[in-house]
Amino acid sequence: MFDLGLLLTLYPPAKRGTMNTEPLAIEARNLRKSYGDDTVLDGIDIAVPRGGIYALLGPNGAGKTTTVNILSTLIDADGGEARIGGRDVSAEADRVREQIGVTGQFAAIDDLLTGTENLRLMGRLHHLDRSESRSRAERLLEEFDLVDAAARRPSTYSGGMRRRLDLAMSLMGDPRVIFLDEPTTGLDPRSRRTMWTIIRELAAEGVTIFLTTQYLEEADELADRIAVLDGGRIVAEGTADELKRLIPGGHLSLRLNRDDQIEAAAELLGATATDPEQLTVQVPGDGSVDSLRSLIERLDRASIEVDELTVHTPDLDDVFLALTERPENRKESVR
Amino acid sequence: MTTMTYALPDSMTMLRRQLKHMLRYPSLTLQLLMMPILFLLLFVYVFGGTLGDGIGGPSGGRSAYLDYVAPGILLMTIASAVMGTSISVAMDMTEGIIDRFRTMAIARVSVLTGHVLGSMVQIFICTAAVLGVAIAVGYRPQAGVADWLALIGAFALIAFALTWLTVAAGISAKSVETASNTPMPLVFLPFIGSGFVPTESMPGWMQWFADYQPFTPYIEVTRGLLSGTGVEQSDVVLTFAWSIAIALFGYTAARIKFNRR
Repeated sequence: MFDLGLLLTLYPPAKRGTMNTEPLAIEARNLRKSYGDDTVLDGIDIAVPRGGIYALLGPNGAGKTTTVNILSTLIDADGGEARIGGRDVSAEADRVREQIGVTGQFAAIDDLLTGTENLRLMGRLHHLDRSESRSRAERLLEEFDLVDAAARRPSTYSGGMRRRLDLAMSLMGDPRVIFLDEPTTGLDPRSRRTMWTIIRELAAEGVTIFLTTQYLEEADELADRIAVLDGGRIVAEGTADELKRLIPGGHLSLRLNRDDQIEAAAELLGATATDPEQLTVQVPGDGSVDSLRSLIERLDRASIEVDELTVHTPDLDDVFLALTERPENRKESVR
Repeated sequence: MTTMTYALPDSMTMLRRQLKHMLRYPSLTLQLLMMPILFLLLFVYVFGGTLGDGIGGPSGGRSAYLDYVAPGILLMTIASAVMGTSISVAMDMTEGIIDRFRTMAIARVSVLTGHVLGSMVQIFICTAAVLGVAIAVGYRPQAGVADWLALIGAFALIAFALTWLTVAAGISAKSVETASNTPMPLVFLPFIGSGFVPTESMPGWMQWFADYQPFTPYIEVTRGLLSGTGVEQSDVVLTFAWSIAIALFGYTAARIKFNRR
């Protein structure tokens, strides 16, 4: 006879399908956190599929670190729920901890131990056997260009080296999800580039990366998806391009030679703004070669003399400022 | 497999870390040794002649006082060493590494047990060093093998209790400075006890405190074992009772504070 219960135990519905059986790498619903009257997170939702880089972008005090702390089991949320690889961050904290690596804003390294010893300490705490721990440490030191510094204490390292050692320590346990809280804050441009390369390589290996940043350039460079966090709420979410589309497009700025031609130029080109003192005219446009060629031809035909032409394309800065400054823009979503 | 299965190996890993810290930062251990050694020399060479006459009879003198004060100095050494525990715990807490440990699937308590075990090693090194200095200036313990073993056991128990207390103090401290000040009273408890003079010589109200505060039974047990004259049962009972109470309080407070941060 049929025993439906048994059948379902043997073939649970989720396992029978071939698609979407894998839980999301990171999933948070309606996360809330406040300290006293100060609401730090006011109900945020996050969904990050396996692999790829997700950036949480926001100014200081937006709640980025609090979000990372909740997702990495450091603190409990007041409300909502969060799962890493399908495991609940508060009820199954240890199952979550087995999957994650965390590199916080402040170097989490032991300054009295050498670089190698720091890595081996992580190896022991991940309960790796001796040879595995040694080979992983050696490989990471090599990959992160720390071989020469391996026998020295981190107090002698540069900022970039400390950050790399910190990240290498997070990788000793072979995590599937890595949290990077402002990984390049305070680094010089070269160290920042090195860090970016490392992060991209990790993502290419299939690790899911959740990073926070206050640099738009960084989110733009690295992330597949970006969420803009402001005042404890996610005010926009999407790819860099999707976010850029949220605000009015780019424009061209022309500086003329003669002030008596400003009105003619404005009329001819359909200018959105003019500045007679600076002799400039603003024209909507994306700066493509074709549009520029036709623009210049039209100006030539009208004998309008142009001293200077600049193309302004919208960048994430525009988006960021637009989204985080104007309260009426809150809770805008692009999907 | 739960993380508690790893409590022992993780604690050993953390102990290793503490021992390495001790080797890399020996000046802390030396600092902790400074005070008891200075007090030993001060009390023996400066006050010892006079105090010894009071304690060991009119002809007691310096050597009688050395016999009397050495056990008190040893307990002061333990108290001084556990200040180091508080400092190194607080230093740890101000570094990001503790947050890293918290995000790892390890037995959480191992962060604390590592400190406790490391400090116990440090305490044994310090007490051995101070005992060495005492012997060098003329102290001659009369303890037999059983007495020495009992003394090691007693010191382990006392050290265990006081380290848990100062681990809790280190976690609770807002800064490393606070962490080094909070356990300070422990260093002075041997004074308001039988460490330097018999409690009978104190005014009544103070004598009552001095007789029952933990360091007096600790010192009496130590004195009895080192002089080979045997130990009062009541002092043994008080030593156990105080140590268990202090250890339980310290352990509970440390765990609560550690999990809350």
